[in-house]
Amino acid sequence: METRDLTVVFGGHAAVNGVDLTVPRNHFQSIIGPNGAGKTTLFNLISGQLRPSKGSILFKGTDITRLSPPLRTRMGMGRSFQITNVFPNLTVLENVRLAVQSRSGVRYNFFSALSRFDWMREEAFSLLETVMLDKKSDSPAKSLAHGEQRKLEIAMLLALKSDLLLFDEPTAGISVEEVPAILDVIRRIKAEGGRTILLIEHKMEMVLDLSDSVTVLFNGKFLANGSPKEIMDNELVQSAYLGGHYDDAS
Amino acid sequence: MDIVVNLLLNGLATGMLIFLLAAGLTLIFGLMDVLNFSHGGLFAWGAYAGVWMFALTGSFLASIAGAVIAGVVIGYIMERWIIRPVYGNHLQQILVTMGVMLVLGELLKVFWGPNTINAPVPSYLSGSWQIGGVILIKYRLFIIIVGLIVYLALHFLLNRTKLGLVVRAGVMNKEMIQALGYNIKRIFTLVFVLGAGMAALGGVLFAPYSGAVFSEMGLQFAILAFIVVVIGGMGSVKGSALASLLVGLSGAFMAYYLPDLSLAVNMLLMVFVLLVKPSGLFGIKG
Ligand SMILES: Nc1ncnc2c1ncn2[C@@H]1O[C@H](COP(=O)(O)OP(=O)(O)O)[C@@H](O)[C@H]1O
Ligand SMILES: [Mg+2]
Repeated sequence: METRDLTVVFGGHAAVNGVDLTVPRNHFQSIIGPNGAGKTTLFNLISGQLRPSKGSILFKGTDITRLSPPLRTRMGMGRSFQITNVFPNLTVLENVRLAVQSRSGVRYNFFSALSRFDWMREEAFSLLETVMLDKKSDSPAKSLAHGEQRKLEIAMLLALKSDLLLFDEPTAGISVEEVPAILDVIRRIKAEGGRTILLIEHKMEMVLDLSDSVTVLFNGKFLANGSPKEIMDNELVQSAYLGGHYDDAS
Repeated sequence: MDIVVNLLLNGLATGMLIFLLAAGLTLIFGLMDVLNFSHGGLFAWGAYAGVWMFALTGSFLASIAGAVIAGVVIGYIMERWIIRPVYGNHLQQILVTMGVMLVLGELLKVFWGPNTINAPVPSYLSGSWQIGGVILIKYRLFIIIVGLIVYLALHFLLNRTKLGLVVRAGVMNKEMIQALGYNIKRIFTLVFVLGAGMAALGGVLFAPYSGAVFSEMGLQFAILAFIVVVIGGMGSVKGSALASLLVGLSGAFMAYYLPDLSLAVNMLLMVFVLLVKPSGLFGIKG
């Protein structure tokens, strides 16, 4: 995955400004930066929710700048949202099933009965085991605690068998007790291997623990990129985070 | 007793006809957020196409098939080239679909002339049975049975098929269903066409019930269907079914006992439901 000079302007203000980001296959890359730095906007551009004003995005070697979000999903890109996004009135299992069904390419054989696809049910169930939600498979999604909904969302993402995963603050708005479980799930996904992962996260311990490399965004611009250790030692990053002003000298 | 049974069947039959319109409307609104005022036009087209087919073939089954095909074809054309450009804009939807309603009505006059046309009940469904002193009009029972079958089929489609799961999910969260890789436009088209087919079916069933067809015949039912969608909750087929029967029955009984109040009662019912539960009986949209 690669972005070139990626820029999007909202009413004169560049929320993402000339970002060149290259993420090698099977890499775990975190993106950090203060609130309003443009991290979510960058994800919106990568996943296609937003169209860039300038620049391009490459995925698996193809230019996907003009592709719609569903097409990107089918190419193997999956994203979680900063706000939890599940279907509240469907059961936990049905939520995951929808994702399995979408990936399996039988999308348009629409009129067939659900029961004819029992392997989908089983696959959905085993994904629920991965995120430790199998005990709640028949509850409506809205009855889950916030952290559980986040785990459900991750199970859906996994069902898509995406090889690029975008996580936008997976621990945001989740009670402290639930954070380790989420961390655990992400760690498992990383350990399974075979996926490129982009993570936006404020919890530095988590970022340092998981990442192969870290990119810092500030005011929509690429500020620094490096190993977790290099980033921790970087003065520019420290001044940006410590509220110091980052003057555009470069 | 006799009169009560009669009113009951009358109300149920009317309720079923309203339901055939409302089921499509509620899905179209729930899933696509489209305010569609042209549904009454599809109802009328179904009636005309059915009467025309019946005159041509003498077969009521062929007449029903002709109506549904007409509804599906017109619905497909409408969705692709008229509704799709105005997704996301309610004001344009209202204007455009009202325009379509008028055009559909005028086209009926172009093809079949401005006068009402007789719509006979097929011989095997005319007349009535008499059971224990109670007269049961066959055609009304027929409408009720067809309505029930459609309801059950729709229920199966929504709750037991893959398309159904996607539609139910799409009603809750359109963005998310796209994020999962579903092509929402294709699902919109399918659902719109399904709604159009049901509306046309309502029309062809209503034609022999009223005895005649005329180009504005869909108007009254379309208004009732809107009331029903609001009472039942946008996006809920179950809610629409229940509210349709409620509105049908209250209409039948009111028309007999308090004729001046029958439309007012439906409006009051709607206001009452909205006050108690603004999302409708079974509303699933926030
Ligand atoms: N759709 C939008 N329209 C206008 N401004 C936006 C939009 N999305 C984001 N922004 C602005 O872009 C900037 C970056 O936002 P965001 O990407 O959400 O930051 P982060 O996720 O890093 O906290 C903010 O100033 C925000 O107000
Ligand atoms: Mg953000």
